[in-house]
Amino acid sequence: MGEIKKLNFVQAVNLALDEAMTADPKVIVIGEDVADPEGGGVMGVTSGLSTKFGENRVRSSPISEQAIVGAAIGAALGGYRPMAEVMLMNFVSVAMDMIVNHAAKLRFMSGGQTSVPIVIRTMTGTGIQSGGQHSDYLEAWFAHTPGIKVVAASNPADAYGLMHSAIRDDDPVLFIENIPGYWAPGSVESGKVVPIGKAAVSREGKDVTVVAHSRMVSEALAAAQELEADGVEAEVVDMRTISPWDRETILGSVAKTGRLLVVHEAVKQFGIGAEISAVASEELPDKLKVSPKRLGAPFAPVPFSLPLEQAYAPNRASISAAIHELMN
Amino acid sequence: MRNFPKPSAKELLKIYRTASLIKLHDDRVISVLKADKLTMPYYSVRGQEIIPAAISIHLRDDDFVSTIYRGTHDMIAKGFPLDAMWAELAGRVDGACKGKGGPMHLTYPDKGIMLTTGIVGSSLPIANGLAWSALLDESDKVTIANFGDGAANIGAFHESLNMAGLWKLPVVFVCQNNLYAEHTSFKKSTAVEQISCHAASYGFEGITVNGNDANEMYGAAKIGIDRARKGEGPTLIEAMTYRFNGHFVGDSGPYMDKEEYASAVANDPIVALREEVLSRGVATEPELAEIEAQHAEAIEAAMTKALESEFPNTGELLNDVFSIEQQGAS
Repeated sequence: MGEIKKLNFVQAVNLALDEAMTADPKVIVIGEDVADPEGGGVMGVTSGLSTKFGENRVRSSPISEQAIVGAAIGAALGGYRPMAEVMLMNFVSVAMDMIVNHAAKLRFMSGGQTSVPIVIRTMTGTGIQSGGQHSDYLEAWFAHTPGIKVVAASNPADAYGLMHSAIRDDDPVLFIENIPGYWAPGSVESGKVVPIGKAAVSREGKDVTVVAHSRMVSEALAAAQELEADGVEAEVVDMRTISPWDRETILGSVAKTGRLLVVHEAVKQFGIGAEISAVASEELPDKLKVSPKRLGAPFAPVPFSLPLEQAYAPNRASISAAIHELMN
Repeated sequence: MRNFPKPSAKELLKIYRTASLIKLHDDRVISVLKADKLTMPYYSVRGQEIIPAAISIHLRDDDFVSTIYRGTHDMIAKGFPLDAMWAELAGRVDGACKGKGGPMHLTYPDKGIMLTTGIVGSSLPIANGLAWSALLDESDKVTIANFGDGAANIGAFHESLNMAGLWKLPVVFVCQNNLYAEHTSFKKSTAVEQISCHAASYGFEGITVNGNDANEMYGAAKIGIDRARKGEGPTLIEAMTYRFNGHFVGDSGPYMDKEEYASAVANDPIVALREEVLSRGVATEPELAEIEAQHAEAIEAAMTKALESEFPNTGELLNDVFSIEQQGAS
């Protein structure tokens, strides 16, 4: 067992990057403000890396998302393992051509002659009143795209372990971070890698399966705790990887409980909850006691005003209410 | 006009040898398409042969090239084997990309042909990354980013020029200005008279040359490639040229100026180079005829082999892309 460190999410990702760069000289970093003279990342996730590894390997770039992701793709074709930071998830929209048409497809289109082992780190989330262009969860766009993996850790240990896996992976990986969750402390075991494609059962229960990722995991756990008093035992599955999602763990849990609730912060319509619910319905028609339910944001942009924003994403109360509906 | 370095007699012949192969290959692809033996979106390179033929004189196998859907000339000049190309054009299993890329995504890393994109403007940002990898390797590898005049109006072009200028990346941006972006003329799509002028905005040299002139093209390419190889940063070369076969095969070009087109075809750069090679005494008529016959034979052999080879098994659909059934092997 490795050394246990008390780290928050920012420190956990930073440690994984530091270790990966130490272990492999091919690991490089590019993005806006990522080097130390510019602050080591707007949230400090890449702090200290340029000082330790030099500004050739850790490059602060112009605000040029296509050029950032393109440079990462090209360097990957040239034999490197770049981590490109696209500061906020909404900014990936500026680099969609590079991510979707190139990073995700080049391995297939070249018949396996080339591959694009890049990690694209990006942060997002409601809860800090950032409004309509700085808060979206867009994971469904990428989960709908063959060739790019999508991960979203809910805690520092998984962030550390998934970053190690993402850097070692030969496919492009989109690494989604939740801003309000950055500073919650956690325990990180040094050297403990979390495999891509493997969900975690965060809490066991026999009555209902709640599937969540990123910040919604802590809301689901709070709801599950609350429901104990009512005699409901909810099992919370933290997806950790959104694509390829862990069918074995999730469907296994649903087969056991017979009830499924999928929760995500992204809008409900055409969100990943639809896919998971559909697959559960297709694969487990005899096990489901009731139709799966989904919770997601309404079909509206993220609002600014505090009460509107608070009403936007699912939370402990709405998750509890949905579970009650499934139980009755 | 600045004083460009000139190709030697031997180099001029080599340029002709490459350009002639590109032309004969393109002619044969079109005839096969018109005979309905193959189906594909094909963007003919006829008329633009001299540009990569002259550039490639200065390149090594380990130098990188990124190019676009109109790019078989760039690839042949860089050494893409005809067998692997024809089989890919035919969608066969022994194609360079196992038939999964097709004409718009031809790739051949052994010769440094790292990317062919079907998206206008996207060859540049990725070329920068290839150049960055060469810097990190502390090698003197050079990256050539090919694109057309239409790409200069895409944001990625400007982002890429700025980054390359800023970081002094060893890249040569080659804008093959054939005067049309799809069906819209250069005049109707671009606010400036010369695309090369954009380089000044990003702190490096831009040169406009007659891309159909082997001597000028050789000289401009040498300046750009030498600069990149010495670690002195990027160059933008705008190579003026003309496409003879419209945007894609089947496009009759009703939007093109008839006089302009007739004049371009009358000044076929392949014919002009052939005449120059002969008039300078670089090679004799029988020697050129022999080169052309050898090319035709090689093309015919590659094409015949490709058309006789197997299509990929449908199982190939799920190869070279991760499976959604994957369960986190650690």
